[in-house]
Amino acid sequence: MPFSLLKYGLNKDYPFEQNADLPAPSALKSHYDVVIIGGGGHGVATAYYLAKYHGITNVAVLEKGYLGGGNTARNTAVIRSNYLTSEGVKFYSESVKLFQGLSNEFDFNIMYSRRGQLTLAHSDAAVRGFRQRTEVNKHFGGKTELIDPQQIRELVPTLNMNPADQPVLAGLWHIDGATARHDAVAWGYAKGATQRGVELHQLTEVTGINTENGKVSSVETNRGKVNCGCVVQAVAGMSSVVAAMAGIRMPITTYPLQAMVTQPVKPFLDPLVSSPALHCYVQQTGRGELVFGGGSDPYPLYGTRSTMDLKESLLAHAVELFPFMANMRLMRQWAGLTDMTSDYSPIMGLSPVENYYLDAGWGTWGFKSTPICGKTMAELVATGKVPELIEPFAMSRFDTFRQVNEMGATAASH
Amino acid sequence: MKIINCPLNGPRNSSEFVHGGELRQMPDPNRCTDKAWADYVFYSDNQIGVMTEWWLHAPSGYWFIAERHTGSDEIMRTYDPSEIFTQRVEFTEKEECSPSEEVKA
Ligand SMILES: Cc1cc2nc3c(=O)[nH]c(=O)nc-3n(C[C@H](O)[C@H](O)[C@H](O)COP(=O)(O)OP(=O)(O)OC[C@H]3O[C@@H](n4cnc5c(N)ncnc54)[C@H](O)[C@@H]3O)c2cc1C
Repeated sequence: MPFSLLKYGLNKDYPFEQNADLPAPSALKSHYDVVIIGGGGHGVATAYYLAKYHGITNVAVLEKGYLGGGNTARNTAVIRSNYLTSEGVKFYSESVKLFQGLSNEFDFNIMYSRRGQLTLAHSDAAVRGFRQRTEVNKHFGGKTELIDPQQIRELVPTLNMNPADQPVLAGLWHIDGATARHDAVAWGYAKGATQRGVELHQLTEVTGINTENGKVSSVETNRGKVNCGCVVQAVAGMSSVVAAMAGIRMPITTYPLQAMVTQPVKPFLDPLVSSPALHCYVQQTGRGELVFGGGSDPYPLYGTRSTMDLKESLLAHAVELFPFMANMRLMRQWAGLTDMTSDYSPIMGLSPVENYYLDAGWGTWGFKSTPICGKTMAELVATGKVPELIEPFAMSRFDTFRQVNEMGATAASH
Repeated sequence: MKIINCPLNGPRNSSEFVHGGELRQMPDPNRCTDKAWADYVFYSDNQIGVMTEWWLHAPSGYWFIAERHTGSDEIMRTYDPSEIFTQRVEFTEKEECSPSEEVKA
């Protein structure tokens, strides 16, 4: 055994308390200025920016399981901003920018890796849609181009250009497309938030929400009652269930979304490749595994079981795109609960209850927005004013029939 | 493959069926407020428990009702809509706007 290791093993001061990533669990206080329900990326990012930019630290993040164990742990970590509407592109571009600086900001490597994302068009209609998205993206400073089959072949030589008899006609080449280590994002935010005084309470489930005169006064948990100045709800697939505790009905339906990963192989695929028509997207992780995902389950369910149907259809399409994948072995398959809105845009901001703020409807696309959600939700809580960037995503847009339609830009769900 | 019991066709593969959303009272589109209509088209209970839902058996184009647990995916019961809809649903005519209003428009 190396001597230096022995020295550490015998050292009484090791592990050093100040190096611990998260403080040891503490008792729940009877009152917090801000209670955040949900300790996924969105919840801890909100806490982080509240403490960092607004000096609000009497904050508790209540998480029923463990930090980042929800969809933050289950997503396929595609980061992109090549959406269709100006509202969407503006919002997601801000998030991509924040992502680029996170490792430095946390002093912790989130393994952000800009690879570029390639979306394939198999029909004239898709090419037209891509043209529009290219222009909208460029207008807002994004790096997106429409490329032809020859350029696609050069970018991804291993791609089958005629998958499932649907020839690839063009590609939407989104140079800003990236991926990152999803767990690290949650850990980085949680560490930064707790260092600034925020409390993270894991294994703490919110079981009820008490309102007085149209305002939230306290939340009930499995560890007792907590009084609060206001509440931020960031519970992803449980949005309708938790909101109902506050008497709020939401324009959301919850569907399972499944994904899977293969054994690691040598690096061969740099860009993230997605085919909306084939409901399939494939990417190679930094460790060499192929991660791939596709469409949601066909009907609503609060269950994270894997299904044979999905395995069959997703694998069939993946093998069409990259035929040699037929020789690879699957390592894992899993599912997460996604809260889908009818326009594929989120629900952020005010709710019918005065001091109850919503960060929901993140469906199958909310990992990429983690930083900007945290930042804008923190600003909303601190100032009481809805930041301009998230105004279009108010829940009330459904009452006035002003949806922000991103369905086409989210077709292969990520 | 999961099997769903169609009231018309008997047990069939779930891939033959399409989910049609929660069963709820449809407001009269010509008389209700925009808010009530928005609530009907966009909002839903979406809770964990036994829900009453519309389902379609796509190959035969037959709509029916199922009581399904949205946590366990267990289907308690499927039945023909005539169990609930015993009468034809009639809607009022859309109100004609008066001639003076038309001129203004
Ligand atoms: C298979 C899959 C692939 C995806 N791929 C992508 C992708 O490539 N790119 C992308 O941008 N997005 C993707 N997404 C979507 C993304 O994962 C989510 O939108 C995002 O992680 C939501 O973050 P969150 O912090 O709001 O939710 P979560 O991380 O789910 O956190 C919510 C937390 O709330 C907790 N909670 C729930 N109820 C309670 C309660 N009553 N009391 C206390 N705590 C509670 C949960 O335990 C959970 O930890 C994907 C999702 C899935 C399932």
